[in-house]
Amino acid sequence: MLYGFTWDTSNGELAFALSILPILLTGLLTTLKAAFLGFFVACVLGLLFAVLRGMPSKLVAWSTAVLIEFIRDTPLIVQLFFLYYVLPEYGIVFPAFLTGALALGIQYSAYISEVYRAGIQAVDHGQREAAKSLDLPPSRTFTHVILPQAIPRVIPAMGNYLVSITKDVPVLSVVTIVEMLNAAKIIGDQTFNYLVPLSMVGGIYLILTIFASALVRLADVNLPKKGIPLR
Amino acid sequence: MHWSGYLEPLAHGAWVTIQFTLYSILFGGICSFAFGIGKLSKNWFISGLSIIYIEIFRGTSLLVQLFWLFFALPIAGDMIGIDLRLSPTVAGVLALSFNLGAYGAEIVRGAIQAVSPAQYEAAKALNFSSSQALWRVALPQAIPEMMPSFSNLAIAALKDTSLVSLITLTDLTFAAEQLRNFYQDSTTVYTMVLLMYFGMALVVSAIMRAVEVSVTRWRGHRR
Amino acid sequence: MSDPIILFDKVKKAYGNFTVINELDFEVRRGEKVTIIGPSGSGKSTVLRILMTLEGINAGAVYVGGEPLWHERRNSSLVPASEKHLRKMRTQLGMVFQQFNLFPHMTVLRNLTEAPRVVLGLSKAEARHRAEELLELVGLVDQAHKFPGQLSGGQQQRVGIARALAMRPKIMLFDEPTSALDPELVGEVLNVIRKLAAEHDLTMLMVTHEMRFAREISDRVCFFDKGRIREEGPPDQLFGQPREERTRDFLRAVG
Repeated sequence: MLYGFTWDTSNGELAFALSILPILLTGLLTTLKAAFLGFFVACVLGLLFAVLRGMPSKLVAWSTAVLIEFIRDTPLIVQLFFLYYVLPEYGIVFPAFLTGALALGIQYSAYISEVYRAGIQAVDHGQREAAKSLDLPPSRTFTHVILPQAIPRVIPAMGNYLVSITKDVPVLSVVTIVEMLNAAKIIGDQTFNYLVPLSMVGGIYLILTIFASALVRLADVNLPKKGIPLR
Repeated sequence: MHWSGYLEPLAHGAWVTIQFTLYSILFGGICSFAFGIGKLSKNWFISGLSIIYIEIFRGTSLLVQLFWLFFALPIAGDMIGIDLRLSPTVAGVLALSFNLGAYGAEIVRGAIQAVSPAQYEAAKALNFSSSQALWRVALPQAIPEMMPSFSNLAIAALKDTSLVSLITLTDLTFAAEQLRNFYQDSTTVYTMVLLMYFGMALVVSAIMRAVEVSVTRWRGHRR
Repeated sequence: MSDPIILFDKVKKAYGNFTVINELDFEVRRGEKVTIIGPSGSGKSTVLRILMTLEGINAGAVYVGGEPLWHERRNSSLVPASEKHLRKMRTQLGMVFQQFNLFPHMTVLRNLTEAPRVVLGLSKAEARHRAEELLELVGLVDQAHKFPGQLSGGQQQRVGIARALAMRPKIMLFDEPTSALDPELVGEVLNVIRKLAAEHDLTMLMVTHEMRFAREISDRVCFFDKGRIREEGPPDQLFGQPREERTRDFLRAVG
C-alpha cells in the first residue's frame, strides 16, 4: 500500500498495472513539484552567477567561474548527499524535499547561468550602442532593450533544461523523497514484480518528455524571434 | 579519523569510477556512431530502430534505465524463459553506455548533416559509393564538429557513474557513503569526494582538449 | 565516330512547378569541345549536373557513350537506373565544380589518389604515380603535401581539375570553373583547361562566362535560354554574327 492505494496482484498483469497507476501518478506529481522548484532555484541562482561573472572585478568574475565549473563537474548525487548530511552538522536543517530541490537547483544553476550569458551576448551589440546613443540609462537598456530580445532566444535551452531536471529528479530518492521512481521501486520491493512498475515509469517519462519537448518547440516557434513586443 | 585515513578507501572507489567512465565512454561511443549513422540510413528498419533507441534512452531518466536493466529485465527474462539476470557491473555499464550513446548519437547525426552537400557531390562525381563517401569524406569532416559536445558528454559520463553506487557497485560515491555511515564525518568525507570528482573532471577535460586538437589539425591550416 | 558521345533526347527537368529544362535535344560528339553560355537560370549547369548524375530527369532520355544514363535496359525494356548502373556510367565522366569542392581534410596528393585507390582499385604506388603526373600537368608539384585550406582559389581549382582527371574520364564537365575566382587567378586555371583542350582528345563540355576563352578553345558554342538551346554554332559564327536577337542581347549585355 502506498499513498493510500493498494495494488491488485491477483488478476494478471493488466489489472496490476492499472491498480498501481494512481500511485505512480501521485509520485509523478512529486516529481514535477521537485522539478519545477529546482528549476526555479536554478533560474534565480543562475541569474546571480551570470551577474557575478559579468562583474568588472576580475576576482569576483574568476572565482564565480571556478565555482560554476566546480558545480558542473561534480555529480548531482554527491552534491545532494553533501547538502543532506553536511548542512545539519552546521545547524541548517531542511525537509528532505527542499534539500532535494536545492541540490537540483544548484546543479542546474551552473548550466542556466551559461544560458543567460549566451542569450544576452547574442543580442546584437548594435542594440546596446543604439540605446547608449539615445541616452537610455543602463538599467532600462537591460530591462527594455536587451531582455525582451534575449528571452525568446533562451526559451528552447531553458525548456530543455527543465526537461533534463525532470529526468534527474529520481536521484532524489536516495534521500527518502518518494517521487515516481521510488514509488515504483517500493512497489517492486513488496510485490517482487519490478517489470510492470519500472516499465510504466519509463513509459510515463517517455510520454512526458515527448510532450514537453513538443511544448518547448511550440513556444519557440510562437515567440517572436525579434523579441517580446513592448507597447 | 584524520582525512588522510579516508584516502585509501576513496582511492579504491575512484578507481572503480574511472573504470566505469572508460567503459561507458567506449561502448557509448560505439552506440553513438552506430545509431547516429543509423538514423541517417535510407533503410527504414535501421533508421526506425535508431530513432526508437534514441528516443527511449534520451527520453527517460538514467536511473530509471539503470533500475530497469537491473531489476526489471530478469523478470522479463523469466516470462519468456531466458535467464536475463545481469550482474550489477554489466547492468551498470549497459545503462550508462546506452544512455550516453543516445545523446552522442544526436551529436554524431547533427555533425554529419552539417557537412556541406557539395562534398557529397564531389564524392559522387568521383564515383565513390555512398558508404565510401560517408566514411572517407563526410565522417572525417564531421568529427571536429562533434568534439565540443563530446567533451561535455565525457564529463557527463564521469558524473553519471555515480549512480551505479545505487545498485551496490563500489564506486567513489559508494565509498563515500560507507565512510560517512561508519565515521559520521560527513563534511570531511564529502568535501574530499567533491574535490576528487572535480579533479577527475579536469583530467577528462584536458584529455578531450588534446583529442580535439589532434582531430582538428587539418582545420588549423587557414590562409 | 558519328555516334554522339552525349545525347539528350527531349529531356525535361523541373523543380516542383518550375521547369528548368524543357524538351531539350542536345548532342556532343566524341572529342568535341563544347561551351554552353547563357543567362543564369537558363539551365546550363543543370545539363552538366544531369550528366554527372547529381540530378535526375523528369522526362526524356539521356545517353552517354551510346548507353542510356538515367535508365537501364532490362529484358529489352527501359527501367529507371539502379545505383549499380549509375556507378558504371559515371566512370566515363568527370566534373570540375565552381566551388572546387576539394576534400579539406586531405592533402592535395591524397585528394588526387583517394578515388583512384578506393574506387578504381589502383595500388598506392600506381595512384601516386598518376597523381604526380597530373600535378605536373597543372603545375602544382610542390604543393602535393599542402592542405586545400593553404592554397589559393586558383591553385585549388587546378587541383580540382587534376582530381577529376585522375579517374581518366572520357568526358570532362566544367561547371563555371573560374566564376568563384579572384580575377587575377582566373588565367592560371584557363591555361590548364586550354592545355587540356589542345593536347588531349577528351570530350569537354563547359559552362562559363569567360566569352573570350570560350571563343578561343571551343569547337561549338551553345547559347542557352530558358531551358532550351536558343542558338548554337562555331564560336566565330555565334560570337561574330549571332542569328537570334536573344543571343545578340545577351552578348551585348555581357560585353
